[in-house]
Amino acid sequence: MKLLKLYRYLALAGIAIVPFSGALADYNSVTADRLANPEPENWLMQKGNYLGWMHSPLDQINASNVANLKVAWTFGTGVDSGHEAPAIVNGRYMYVTTPYNQVIALDAGTGELLWRYKHPLPEDLSVLHNTNRGVALWGDMVFTSALDGTMNGLDAKTGELIWRTWVGDWKVGAYITSGPLAVKGKVMVGPSGGEYGVRGFLQALDAETGEEVWRTYSVPAPGEPNSDTWAQEGEWADSWMRGGGSMWMPGNYDPEADILYWGVGNGSPWFGDQRPGDNLYVASVLAMNPDTGEILGHFQYHWNDSWDWAAMNAPTLLDYERDGQTVRGLVSPQRNGYMYWLTREADGTMNYVHSLPYVKQDVFASVDPVTGRPTYNAEHIPGTGKRAEYCPSLWGGKDWPYEAYNPVTGLMYVPANDHHCMAIEGKVMEYIPGQWWAGVDIPDIEFWVDENADYYGQIQAWNVHTGEPAWNVDYPESMNWGSILSTAGGVIFLGGTNDRYFRAYDATSGELLWQIRTNSGIISPPSSYAIDGKQYIAVVSGWGVDARVQNEIIANQLGWRPDLADVPKGGEVWVFTLDD
Amino acid sequence: MTQATTEPGAERRPATRRTVLGGLAVAVCGCGTAQWAPARAEDGEDAAAGPDALPPQIGDRFTYIYGEKMGDVIRPEDLPLGGDQKLVYPMDPTTGTIRDGSRLNMMLLVRLDPDTLDEETRAAAAEGVVAYSAVCTHHGCPVSMWSKRAGTLYCSCHGTEYDPKATARVVAGPAPRRLPMMPVGIEDGEIVVAGQFTSWVGSQNT
Repeated sequence: MKLLKLYRYLALAGIAIVPFSGALADYNSVTADRLANPEPENWLMQKGNYLGWMHSPLDQINASNVANLKVAWTFGTGVDSGHEAPAIVNGRYMYVTTPYNQVIALDAGTGELLWRYKHPLPEDLSVLHNTNRGVALWGDMVFTSALDGTMNGLDAKTGELIWRTWVGDWKVGAYITSGPLAVKGKVMVGPSGGEYGVRGFLQALDAETGEEVWRTYSVPAPGEPNSDTWAQEGEWADSWMRGGGSMWMPGNYDPEADILYWGVGNGSPWFGDQRPGDNLYVASVLAMNPDTGEILGHFQYHWNDSWDWAAMNAPTLLDYERDGQTVRGLVSPQRNGYMYWLTREADGTMNYVHSLPYVKQDVFASVDPVTGRPTYNAEHIPGTGKRAEYCPSLWGGKDWPYEAYNPVTGLMYVPANDHHCMAIEGKVMEYIPGQWWAGVDIPDIEFWVDENADYYGQIQAWNVHTGEPAWNVDYPESMNWGSILSTAGGVIFLGGTNDRYFRAYDATSGELLWQIRTNSGIISPPSSYAIDGKQYIAVVSGWGVDARVQNEIIANQLGWRPDLADVPKGGEVWVFTLDD
Repeated sequence: MTQATTEPGAERRPATRRTVLGGLAVAVCGCGTAQWAPARAEDGEDAAAGPDALPPQIGDRFTYIYGEKMGDVIRPEDLPLGGDQKLVYPMDPTTGTIRDGSRLNMMLLVRLDPDTLDEETRAAAAEGVVAYSAVCTHHGCPVSMWSKRAGTLYCSCHGTEYDPKATARVVAGPAPRRLPMMPVGIEDGEIVVAGQFTSWVGSQNT
């Protein structure tokens, strides 16, 4: 009581109250309703809402005042390599994950450390990507997946481990970088492994107990629906077993229709002639029942994937105008370099509406206007013993970073990469569990950019209703690995470039409004939240993983100056706000 | 990775309601060959301390890490002259125990013209066969690939290149230091472990 009185006195006296570490008593339990209708002041999941919008309804920071944005606080994670997790905020509790699986809980108002969970990784761990893409929240728990293939349920207030469940086996390549998605008391995640012969799957665990509820494979076993899209006999009859299709990024969810939409990755090995057939559901989006994992519908962007064009990015759920009608739809700029407009029907069916290339793409000869099925230019299909060049390279028109959608402007903001190509020639590799098995060794992959291009990275703003480009920002000396945050203040935020800047642009015009140079390059999605009516923008700076690898190759080819070629490492949380 | 992985918080408050799904590896790869050791999953425990997890012992032979030839002792003539390398595990010649209980025991053998080796490397080699840890010093990935262009050992994750002729020094890529080298000899025509690694195995990231 004495403490309460003291607080009341301080409040009356106009003195700021800053709780002590670990003393943030109130934790607002996360429910199905809160996740379906997140409060503007919170950022409860990786993409801000179930629809995948990356959009904050907060508008205190706007196009008129964003130039006055100041650093509120920073926090060094103490970890280097690629930080790909957003700051997820519930009340004053902020959660950031790091490479090698730390979860850092901070007071979102002050940056004070509340607790830190260090996942006990095996001492002989070996994974291709050491990153993590953020936590999920449900009830009074925080869920974090880990490189060793585990899902971990932690106490949201203390970081105490409540349960741990093994989802994938890192020793065969089924490690986890994806952040989980929490839906109606279940936590869902899929492991990586498309370069290791892992047959992809999505698994749902009971949030309370960690027990498995369902597991659905992205590649059907013989006898299951669409198994006839894989070889049934002959030399490649077993190709489905190691066919890839990792579901390695978080999906989206339609709470009204109660349907999940989850992306499916590349085929394994990379060369389609080693797994004859269309290879459903590789390079597809799946509609799924969240209670059972049942596959309700699918749309395959391209058949018999031979380019490592994983379709792991779930489409954004939004309504768009088409021929005077409002369409309950899906829009998705895909790694294969095409942007897609689909419908989402009540039963999970997805119908093709429209697509177009948003970067240079030389593989598709045509796209069927009714089904969306492409035909291919044969000279750009790499095969076993057949070298072929193609664009875009395996990193695609857009890799995993998130696009954003602003329902007010009707614009989708796409972090795109253009003018990059590659050449590969396949070979039949001996399968060894846990060893690279893509059909080509990395030193034999040829990658290059067009030296005469005016730009490489881009922000592309697309009107989802007209299907027309609205504006773009070009980066002549960097790719763009920056997930984009849209805000109701008419400002978008992103990092993503090798020059370490975090930038704000006018959402309507693309005009640069503000920028600040951070410690490292930014590949983590920005997020926004508010405390006591004050809006904050949060982002984690920490360059690494594929952004670093790709940047160094291009820097070497083009002779970029050291400042752009050698991006400093080290993770740091940055939080910005306006002066009072 | 040589550091203890004990997580104090987890030790103080052991997990309750834990679910460990054994036998999962079989389902993941559909091939029934992967090992799964639930004991390894316990909080803060180091790798199992059985003979299969011991580091390479003097007199150990080498065998293939997977497949029908796993268990066969490797002889110099089994290795192509001039690369590429073969991934191997040490094997106790008496018991036949393959030391694959820890991935830190994964090694590589490469056979090169002895005249092309530098002095230090040649001193540790036998009949041109050089042995290194196959665990990248950057992030612990298998150094399983061979760059035909450069004649280098190439890491399968982030492309560090090591020069096998010169104590596996780093010639390109992000790794901070060379691969540990293992002196080898020849006994009865078989390649054998003849000493200790020249430095500690692994990376510092976990």
